[in-house]
Amino acid sequence: MLTSFVALLIRDIRLAVRQGSALTMTLSFFVIAVSLFPLGVGPELSILARIAPGVLWVGALLACLLTLDRVFQADYEDGTLEQLMLGPLPVELVALAKILAHWLTSVVPLIVVAPVLAISLNMPADGTWAMVLALGLGTPILSLIGAVGGALTVAMRRGGILLSLLVLPLYIPVLIFGVASVEAAIAFLPVAPHLLLLGGLSLGALVICPVASAAALRLAVE
Amino acid sequence: MSLHIDSLTCIRQDRLIFADLSFSLSAGEMMWVKGRNGVGKSSLLRILAGLLAPAAGKVSWNGTDIADEPDIYHQNFRYIAHQDALKAAFSARENLDFWADYAGQDQVLAALQAFELQDIADHPVRILSAGQKKRSNLARLIACPAPLWILDEPVSSLDSHYIKLFKSLLLAHVTKGGMAILATHQDLEIDNIRILDLDRKGTALC
Repeated sequence: MLTSFVALLIRDIRLAVRQGSALTMTLSFFVIAVSLFPLGVGPELSILARIAPGVLWVGALLACLLTLDRVFQADYEDGTLEQLMLGPLPVELVALAKILAHWLTSVVPLIVVAPVLAISLNMPADGTWAMVLALGLGTPILSLIGAVGGALTVAMRRGGILLSLLVLPLYIPVLIFGVASVEAAIAFLPVAPHLLLLGGLSLGALVICPVASAAALRLAVE
Repeated sequence: MSLHIDSLTCIRQDRLIFADLSFSLSAGEMMWVKGRNGVGKSSLLRILAGLLAPAAGKVSWNGTDIADEPDIYHQNFRYIAHQDALKAAFSARENLDFWADYAGQDQVLAALQAFELQDIADHPVRILSAGQKKRSNLARLIACPAPLWILDEPVSSLDSHYIKLFKSLLLAHVTKGGMAILATHQDLEIDNIRILDLDRKGTALC
Protein backbone atom coordinates (compact mmCIF):
# COMPACT_ATOMS: atom_id res chain seq x y z
CA MET A 1 0.00 0.00 0.00
CA LEU A 2 2.89 2.34 0.86
CA THR A 3 4.50 1.57 -2.52
CA SER A 4 1.31 2.54 -4.33
CA PHE A 5 0.99 5.73 -2.26
CA VAL A 6 4.58 6.72 -3.04
CA ALA A 7 4.16 5.80 -6.73
CA LEU A 8 1.11 8.07 -7.01
CA LEU A 9 2.78 10.89 -5.08
CA ILE A 10 5.92 10.76 -7.24
CA ARG A 11 3.87 10.56 -10.44
CA ASP A 12 1.89 13.68 -9.50
CA ILE A 13 5.05 15.59 -8.56
CA ARG A 14 6.77 14.55 -11.82
CA LEU A 15 3.68 15.51 -13.77
CA ALA A 16 3.55 18.93 -12.11
CA VAL A 17 7.25 19.51 -12.81
CA ARG A 18 6.93 18.24 -16.42
CA GLN A 19 3.93 20.42 -17.16
CA GLY A 20 5.18 23.31 -15.05
CA SER A 21 2.05 25.38 -15.54
CA ALA A 22 0.66 25.03 -12.00
CA LEU A 23 3.93 25.99 -10.36
CA THR A 24 4.52 28.94 -12.67
CA MET A 25 0.92 30.11 -12.40
CA THR A 26 0.68 30.09 -8.60
CA LEU A 27 4.12 31.62 -8.08
CA SER A 28 3.57 34.33 -10.66
CA PHE A 29 0.13 35.15 -9.28
CA PHE A 30 1.47 35.32 -5.71
CA VAL A 31 4.40 37.59 -6.63
CA ILE A 32 2.32 39.87 -8.88
CA ALA A 33 -0.64 40.13 -6.47
CA VAL A 34 1.61 41.01 -3.52
CA SER A 35 3.63 43.45 -5.65
CA LEU A 36 0.46 45.32 -6.61
CA PHE A 37 -0.19 46.46 -3.05
CA PRO A 38 2.70 48.95 -2.78
CA LEU A 39 1.48 50.40 -6.07
CA GLY A 40 -2.09 50.69 -4.83
CA VAL A 41 -1.51 51.67 -1.20
CA GLY A 42 1.56 53.81 -1.78
CA PRO A 43 5.22 53.41 -0.83
CA GLU A 44 4.78 54.43 2.81
CA LEU A 45 6.93 51.80 4.61
CA SER A 46 5.04 51.90 7.91
CA ILE A 47 1.71 51.20 6.13
CA LEU A 48 3.23 48.38 4.08
CA ALA A 49 4.73 46.80 7.19
CA ARG A 50 1.33 47.05 8.91
CA ILE A 51 -0.59 45.33 6.11
CA ALA A 52 2.14 42.85 5.08
CA PRO A 53 0.93 39.82 7.11
CA GLY A 54 -2.61 40.11 5.74
CA VAL A 55 -1.44 40.78 2.18
CA LEU A 56 0.88 37.78 2.16
CA TRP A 57 -1.69 35.43 3.68
CA VAL A 58 -4.49 36.54 1.34
CA GLY A 59 -2.09 36.34 -1.62
CA ALA A 60 -1.07 32.78 -0.68
CA LEU A 61 -4.67 31.79 -0.14
CA LEU A 62 -5.84 33.10 -3.52
CA ALA A 63 -2.79 31.67 -5.32
CA CYS A 64 -3.60 28.28 -3.83
CA LEU A 65 -7.18 28.55 -5.12
CA LEU A 66 -5.95 28.83 -8.70
CA THR A 67 -4.85 25.22 -8.91
CA LEU A 68 -7.37 23.49 -6.64
CA ASP A 69 -9.73 22.55 -9.46
CA ARG A 70 -6.94 20.54 -11.08
CA VAL A 71 -6.25 18.33 -8.03
CA PHE A 72 -8.65 15.67 -9.29
CA GLN A 73 -10.08 17.06 -12.53
CA ALA A 74 -7.30 16.05 -14.93
CA ASP A 75 -7.40 12.48 -13.62
CA TYR A 76 -11.19 12.47 -13.80
CA GLU A 77 -11.24 13.67 -17.40
CA ASP A 78 -8.69 11.19 -18.79
CA GLY A 79 -10.11 8.17 -16.92
CA THR A 80 -7.14 7.84 -14.57
CA LEU A 81 -9.20 8.54 -11.47
CA GLU A 82 -11.46 5.52 -11.82
CA GLN A 83 -8.44 3.32 -12.54
CA LEU A 84 -6.77 4.66 -9.38
CA MET A 85 -9.92 3.79 -7.45
CA LEU A 86 -9.71 0.20 -8.71
CA GLY A 87 -6.13 -0.15 -7.51
CA PRO A 88 -4.72 -1.39 -4.23
CA LEU A 89 -4.93 1.99 -2.51
CA PRO A 90 -8.11 2.99 -0.62
CA VAL A 91 -9.74 6.02 -2.21
CA GLU A 92 -9.02 8.04 0.95
CA LEU A 93 -5.29 7.46 0.46
CA VAL A 94 -5.56 8.22 -3.27
CA ALA A 95 -7.05 11.57 -2.25
CA LEU A 96 -4.37 12.13 0.40
CA ALA A 97 -1.52 11.39 -2.03
CA LYS A 98 -2.95 13.86 -4.52
CA ILE A 99 -3.50 16.51 -1.82
CA LEU A 100 0.08 16.07 -0.61
CA ALA A 101 1.38 16.39 -4.17
CA HIS A 102 -0.69 19.56 -4.63
CA TRP A 103 0.72 21.05 -1.42
CA LEU A 104 4.30 20.18 -2.34
CA THR A 105 4.11 21.45 -5.92
CA SER A 106 1.74 24.43 -5.67
CA VAL A 107 1.96 25.70 -2.09
CA VAL A 108 5.47 24.99 -0.79
CA PRO A 109 7.00 27.25 -3.48
CA LEU A 110 4.83 30.07 -2.09
CA ILE A 111 6.28 29.50 1.39
CA VAL A 112 9.78 29.64 -0.10
CA VAL A 113 9.28 33.01 -1.80
CA ALA A 114 7.16 34.52 0.99
CA PRO A 115 10.16 35.79 3.04
CA VAL A 116 11.48 37.66 0.00
CA LEU A 117 8.10 39.30 -0.51
CA ALA A 118 7.90 40.02 3.23
CA ILE A 119 11.18 41.93 3.02
CA SER A 120 9.88 43.87 0.01
CA LEU A 121 6.86 44.88 2.15
CA ASN A 122 9.15 45.99 5.00
CA MET A 123 7.95 43.30 7.38
CA PRO A 124 10.18 43.10 10.49
CA ALA A 125 12.45 40.06 10.67
CA ASP A 126 10.62 38.80 13.77
CA GLY A 127 7.43 38.57 11.75
CA THR A 128 9.10 36.82 8.80
CA TRP A 129 10.08 33.64 10.63
CA ALA A 130 6.68 33.48 12.30
CA MET A 131 5.05 33.86 8.90
CA VAL A 132 7.08 31.01 7.41
CA LEU A 133 6.16 28.79 10.35
CA ALA A 134 2.51 29.80 10.16
CA LEU A 135 2.40 29.22 6.41
CA GLY A 136 4.06 25.82 6.91
CA LEU A 137 1.46 24.81 9.49
CA GLY A 138 -1.56 26.52 7.94
CA THR A 139 -1.26 25.99 4.20
CA PRO A 140 -1.82 22.20 4.36
CA ILE A 141 -5.36 23.13 5.46
CA LEU A 142 -5.76 25.12 2.24
CA SER A 143 -4.89 22.05 0.15
CA LEU A 144 -6.92 19.68 2.32
CA ILE A 145 -10.13 21.77 2.40
CA GLY A 146 -9.63 22.81 -1.20
CA ALA A 147 -9.41 19.18 -2.27
CA VAL A 148 -12.86 18.50 -0.82
CA GLY A 149 -14.20 21.37 -2.93
CA GLY A 150 -12.25 20.05 -5.92
CA ALA A 151 -13.73 16.59 -5.45
CA LEU A 152 -17.27 17.97 -5.09
CA THR A 153 -16.96 19.95 -8.32
CA VAL A 154 -14.81 17.48 -10.28
CA ALA A 155 -17.58 16.45 -12.64
CA MET A 156 -18.71 20.02 -13.33
CA ARG A 157 -17.59 22.03 -16.25
CA ARG A 158 -16.29 25.39 -15.10
CA GLY A 159 -16.73 24.45 -11.46
CA GLY A 160 -13.96 26.84 -10.44
CA ILE A 161 -16.27 29.61 -9.26
CA LEU A 162 -18.42 27.23 -7.23
CA LEU A 163 -15.24 25.74 -5.80
CA SER A 164 -14.10 29.20 -4.65
CA LEU A 165 -17.49 29.89 -3.07
CA LEU A 166 -17.42 26.56 -1.25
CA VAL A 167 -13.87 26.82 -0.04
CA LEU A 168 -13.16 30.48 0.73
CA PRO A 169 -15.46 30.75 3.80
CA LEU A 170 -13.75 27.68 5.26
CA TYR A 171 -10.36 29.37 4.88
CA ILE A 172 -11.32 32.19 7.29
CA PRO A 173 -10.00 30.51 10.51
CA VAL A 174 -6.67 29.79 8.81
CA LEU A 175 -6.42 33.40 7.66
CA ILE A 176 -7.27 34.77 11.13
CA PHE A 177 -4.80 32.59 13.04
CA GLY A 178 -2.14 32.88 10.33
CA VAL A 179 -2.19 36.68 10.36
CA ALA A 180 -2.52 36.77 14.16
CA SER A 181 0.62 34.67 14.60
CA VAL A 182 2.67 37.06 12.45
CA GLU A 183 1.29 40.13 14.20
CA ALA A 184 1.98 38.54 17.58
CA ALA A 185 5.61 37.92 16.58
CA ILE A 186 5.99 41.52 15.42
CA ALA A 187 4.52 42.78 18.71
CA PHE A 188 6.81 40.43 20.75
CA LEU A 189 3.76 38.53 22.07
CA PRO A 190 3.61 34.72 22.35
CA VAL A 191 3.30 33.12 18.91
CA ALA A 192 2.95 29.52 20.07
CA PRO A 193 -0.83 29.57 20.79
CA HIS A 194 -1.60 30.70 17.24
CA LEU A 195 0.78 28.21 15.71
CA LEU A 196 -0.62 25.41 17.87
CA LEU A 197 -4.12 26.30 16.73
CA LEU A 198 -3.00 26.20 13.09
CA GLY A 199 -1.31 22.85 13.70
CA GLY A 200 -4.44 21.53 15.38
CA LEU A 201 -6.61 22.69 12.49
CA SER A 202 -4.20 21.02 10.07
CA LEU A 203 -4.38 17.72 11.92
CA GLY A 204 -8.18 17.92 12.08
CA ALA A 205 -8.36 18.62 8.35
CA LEU A 206 -5.88 15.79 7.71
CA VAL A 207 -8.32 13.35 9.32
CA ILE A 208 -11.56 14.67 7.83
CA CYS A 209 -10.74 16.00 4.37
CA PRO A 210 -9.34 12.87 2.65
CA VAL A 211 -12.43 10.94 3.80
CA ALA A 212 -14.77 13.68 2.57
CA SER A 213 -12.87 13.95 -0.73
CA ALA A 214 -13.06 10.19 -1.23
CA ALA A 215 -16.82 10.19 -0.66
CA ALA A 216 -17.26 12.98 -3.22
CA LEU A 217 -15.01 11.21 -5.73
CA ARG A 218 -16.97 7.96 -5.43
CA LEU A 219 -20.16 9.88 -6.23
CA ALA A 220 -18.49 11.64 -9.17
CA VAL A 221 -17.23 8.41 -10.73
CA GLU A 222 -20.66 6.74 -10.53
CA MET B 1 -11.99 -18.81 -9.87
CA SER B 2 -15.48 -17.71 -10.84
CA LEU B 3 -17.54 -14.62 -11.39
CA HIS B 4 -21.22 -14.90 -10.63
CA ILE B 5 -23.84 -12.32 -11.51
CA ASP B 6 -27.16 -12.78 -9.79
CA SER B 7 -30.40 -10.96 -10.75
CA LEU B 8 -28.60 -7.76 -11.64
CA THR B 9 -30.73 -4.67 -12.30
CA CYS B 10 -29.35 -1.35 -13.48
CA ILE B 11 -31.27 1.91 -13.26
CA ARG B 12 -29.67 5.20 -14.30
CA GLN B 13 -31.38 8.58 -13.92
CA ASP B 14 -34.68 6.79 -13.20
CA ARG B 15 -34.38 4.84 -16.46
CA LEU B 16 -34.31 1.06 -16.37
CA ILE B 17 -31.28 -0.08 -18.37
CA PHE B 18 -31.56 -3.82 -17.79
CA ALA B 19 -33.20 -6.05 -15.21
CA ASP B 20 -32.80 -9.47 -13.65
CA LEU B 21 -29.57 -10.32 -15.43
CA SER B 22 -27.86 -13.49 -14.26
CA PHE B 23 -24.85 -15.39 -15.58
CA SER B 24 -21.58 -16.80 -14.38
CA LEU B 25 -18.11 -17.10 -15.81
CA SER B 26 -15.39 -19.55 -14.87
CA ALA B 27 -11.65 -19.79 -15.48
CA GLY B 28 -10.84 -20.28 -19.15
CA GLU B 29 -14.06 -18.67 -20.36
CA MET B 30 -14.78 -15.41 -22.12
CA MET B 31 -17.97 -13.55 -22.86
CA TRP B 32 -18.92 -11.07 -25.55
CA VAL B 33 -21.49 -8.53 -24.38
CA LYS B 34 -23.29 -7.22 -27.43
CA GLY B 35 -26.18 -4.92 -28.12
CA ARG B 36 -27.14 -1.61 -29.62
CA ASN B 37 -26.04 1.75 -28.27
CA GLY B 38 -27.55 2.51 -24.88
CA VAL B 39 -28.65 -1.02 -23.92
CA GLY B 40 -26.27 -0.99 -20.96
CA LYS B 41 -23.07 -2.71 -22.10
CA SER B 42 -20.79 -0.13 -20.48
CA SER B 43 -23.05 0.12 -17.43
CA LEU B 44 -22.83 -3.64 -16.97
CA LEU B 45 -19.04 -3.55 -17.20
CA ARG B 46 -18.87 -0.66 -14.73
CA ILE B 47 -21.02 -2.65 -12.30
CA LEU B 48 -18.70 -5.64 -12.76
CA ALA B 49 -15.73 -3.35 -12.03
CA GLY B 50 -17.45 -2.08 -8.89
CA LEU B 51 -17.61 1.49 -10.18
CA LEU B 52 -21.39 1.55 -10.37
CA ALA B 53 -23.74 0.15 -7.73
CA PRO B 54 -26.54 -2.02 -9.14
CA ALA B 55 -30.13 -1.12 -8.27
CA ALA B 56 -30.67 -4.78 -7.35
CA GLY B 57 -28.78 -8.05 -7.48
CA LYS B 58 -25.17 -8.77 -6.73
CA VAL B 59 -21.82 -9.63 -8.27
CA SER B 60 -19.80 -12.35 -6.56
CA TRP B 61 -16.14 -13.24 -7.04
CA ASN B 62 -15.28 -16.74 -5.84
CA GLY B 63 -18.54 -16.80 -3.94
CA THR B 64 -18.01 -13.50 -2.09
CA ASP B 65 -20.02 -10.38 -2.85
CA ILE B 66 -17.57 -7.87 -4.38
CA ALA B 67 -19.08 -5.13 -2.20
CA ASP B 68 -17.98 -7.05 0.92
CA GLU B 69 -14.33 -7.48 -0.06
CA PRO B 70 -13.55 -4.93 -2.79
CA ASP B 71 -9.79 -4.92 -2.08
CA ILE B 72 -9.41 -8.63 -2.84
CA TYR B 73 -11.58 -8.30 -5.95
CA HIS B 74 -9.58 -5.29 -7.21
CA GLN B 75 -6.42 -7.40 -7.28
CA ASN B 76 -8.12 -9.94 -9.53
CA PHE B 77 -9.27 -7.87 -12.49
CA ARG B 78 -8.19 -5.17 -14.89
CA TYR B 79 -10.73 -2.82 -16.41
CA ILE B 80 -10.16 -1.12 -19.74
CA ALA B 81 -12.63 1.73 -20.19
CA HIS B 82 -13.35 4.07 -23.10
CA GLN B 83 -10.88 6.61 -21.77
CA ASP B 84 -7.21 5.76 -22.11
CA ALA B 85 -6.09 6.65 -18.56
CA LEU B 86 -2.80 7.92 -19.99
CA LYS B 87 -0.97 11.11 -19.06
CA ALA B 88 -0.24 13.06 -22.23
CA ALA B 89 2.97 14.55 -20.82
CA PHE B 90 4.42 11.10 -20.11
CA SER B 91 5.58 8.48 -22.57
CA ALA B 92 3.82 5.13 -22.92
CA ARG B 93 6.67 3.55 -20.94
CA GLU B 94 6.36 6.10 -18.12
CA ASN B 95 2.60 5.59 -17.99
CA LEU B 96 3.01 1.82 -17.82
CA ASP B 97 5.81 2.13 -15.25
CA PHE B 98 3.45 4.10 -13.05
CA TRP B 99 0.58 1.63 -13.35
CA ALA B 100 2.92 -1.29 -12.69
CA ASP B 101 4.40 0.44 -9.61
CA TYR B 102 0.92 1.37 -8.43
CA ALA B 103 -0.29 -2.23 -8.73
CA GLY B 104 2.94 -3.59 -7.27
CA GLN B 105 3.82 -5.42 -10.51
CA ASP B 106 6.69 -5.28 -12.96
CA GLN B 107 5.87 -6.58 -16.44
CA VAL B 108 6.33 -3.35 -18.39
CA LEU B 109 8.86 -4.66 -20.91
CA ALA B 110 6.70 -7.68 -21.67
CA ALA B 111 3.70 -5.40 -22.10
CA LEU B 112 5.53 -3.09 -24.53
CA GLN B 113 6.68 -6.09 -26.56
CA ALA B 114 3.28 -7.79 -26.51
CA PHE B 115 1.58 -4.73 -28.02
CA GLU B 116 4.53 -3.85 -30.31
CA LEU B 117 5.08 -0.53 -28.60
CA GLN B 118 8.90 -0.62 -28.29
CA ASP B 119 9.51 1.89 -31.11
CA ILE B 120 7.15 4.50 -29.67
CA ALA B 121 7.57 3.65 -26.00
CA ASP B 122 9.51 6.83 -25.21
CA HIS B 123 7.43 9.25 -27.26
CA PRO B 124 5.11 11.55 -25.31
CA VAL B 125 1.58 10.17 -25.40
CA ARG B 126 0.27 13.52 -26.68
CA ILE B 127 1.87 12.90 -30.09
CA LEU B 128 0.61 9.31 -30.44
CA SER B 129 -2.27 8.35 -32.71
CA ALA B 130 -5.58 7.11 -31.28
CA GLY B 131 -4.65 3.51 -32.08
CA GLN B 132 -1.23 3.85 -30.43
CA LYS B 133 -2.86 5.31 -27.33
CA LYS B 134 -5.33 2.45 -27.29
CA ARG B 135 -2.49 -0.09 -27.44
CA SER B 136 -0.64 1.75 -24.67
CA ASN B 137 -3.77 1.51 -22.55
CA LEU B 138 -4.35 -2.16 -23.38
CA ALA B 139 -0.73 -2.87 -22.46
CA ARG B 140 -1.77 -2.41 -18.81
CA LEU B 141 -3.37 -5.85 -19.09
CA ILE B 142 0.09 -7.38 -19.52
CA ALA B 143 2.04 -4.91 -17.34
CA CYS B 144 -0.29 -5.55 -14.39
CA PRO B 145 -1.55 -9.12 -14.89
CA ALA B 146 -4.85 -10.22 -13.35
CA PRO B 147 -7.08 -13.22 -14.06
CA LEU B 148 -10.19 -11.31 -15.11
CA TRP B 149 -10.16 -8.80 -17.94
CA ILE B 150 -13.14 -6.43 -18.22
CA LEU B 151 -12.85 -4.71 -21.58
CA ASP B 152 -15.05 -1.93 -22.91
CA GLU B 153 -14.59 -1.48 -26.66
CA PRO B 154 -11.01 -2.82 -26.57
CA VAL B 155 -10.46 -2.76 -30.34
CA SER B 156 -11.86 0.68 -31.18
CA SER B 157 -9.20 2.69 -33.08
CA LEU B 158 -7.13 -0.45 -33.78
CA ASP B 159 -6.33 -1.49 -37.35
CA SER B 160 -6.79 -5.07 -38.57
CA HIS B 161 -3.20 -6.06 -37.71
CA TYR B 162 -3.53 -4.95 -34.10
CA ILE B 163 -7.04 -6.38 -33.76
CA LYS B 164 -5.52 -9.72 -34.75
CA LEU B 165 -2.68 -9.19 -32.27
CA PHE B 166 -5.11 -8.30 -29.49
CA LYS B 167 -7.22 -11.35 -30.30
CA SER B 168 -4.20 -13.63 -30.01
CA LEU B 169 -3.28 -12.10 -26.62
CA LEU B 170 -6.86 -12.49 -25.45
CA LEU B 171 -6.93 -16.15 -26.50
CA ALA B 172 -3.56 -16.78 -24.83
CA HIS B 173 -4.88 -15.22 -21.61
CA VAL B 174 -7.98 -17.39 -21.61
CA THR B 175 -6.03 -20.52 -22.58
CA LYS B 176 -3.83 -19.96 -19.52
CA GLY B 177 -6.92 -20.03 -17.32
CA GLY B 178 -7.83 -16.33 -17.43
CA MET B 179 -11.31 -14.92 -17.93
CA ALA B 180 -12.51 -12.04 -20.07
CA ILE B 181 -15.70 -10.07 -20.57
CA LEU B 182 -15.67 -7.68 -23.48
CA ALA B 183 -18.21 -5.30 -24.91
CA THR B 184 -17.66 -4.43 -28.52
CA HIS B 185 -19.66 -3.68 -31.63
CA GLN B 186 -17.14 -5.55 -33.74
CA ASP B 187 -17.39 -9.31 -34.09
CA LEU B 188 -13.91 -10.59 -33.24
CA GLU B 189 -14.80 -13.99 -34.74
CA ILE B 190 -13.61 -15.94 -31.75
CA ASP B 191 -14.70 -19.55 -31.44
CA ASN B 192 -16.26 -20.76 -28.21
CA ILE B 193 -16.98 -17.28 -26.90
CA ARG B 194 -20.16 -16.98 -24.90
CA ILE B 195 -22.53 -14.24 -26.00
CA LEU B 196 -24.66 -12.01 -23.82
CA ASP B 197 -27.10 -10.13 -26.03
CA LEU B 198 -28.51 -7.17 -24.10
CA ASP B 199 -30.88 -6.38 -26.95
CA ARG B 200 -32.95 -9.30 -25.69
CA LYS B 201 -34.14 -7.17 -22.77
CA GLY B 202 -31.34 -8.21 -20.49
CA THR B 203 -31.91 -11.93 -20.73
CA ALA B 204 -28.70 -13.89 -20.75
CA LEU B 205 -28.50 -16.24 -23.71
CA CYS B 206 -25.54 -18.08 -22.37
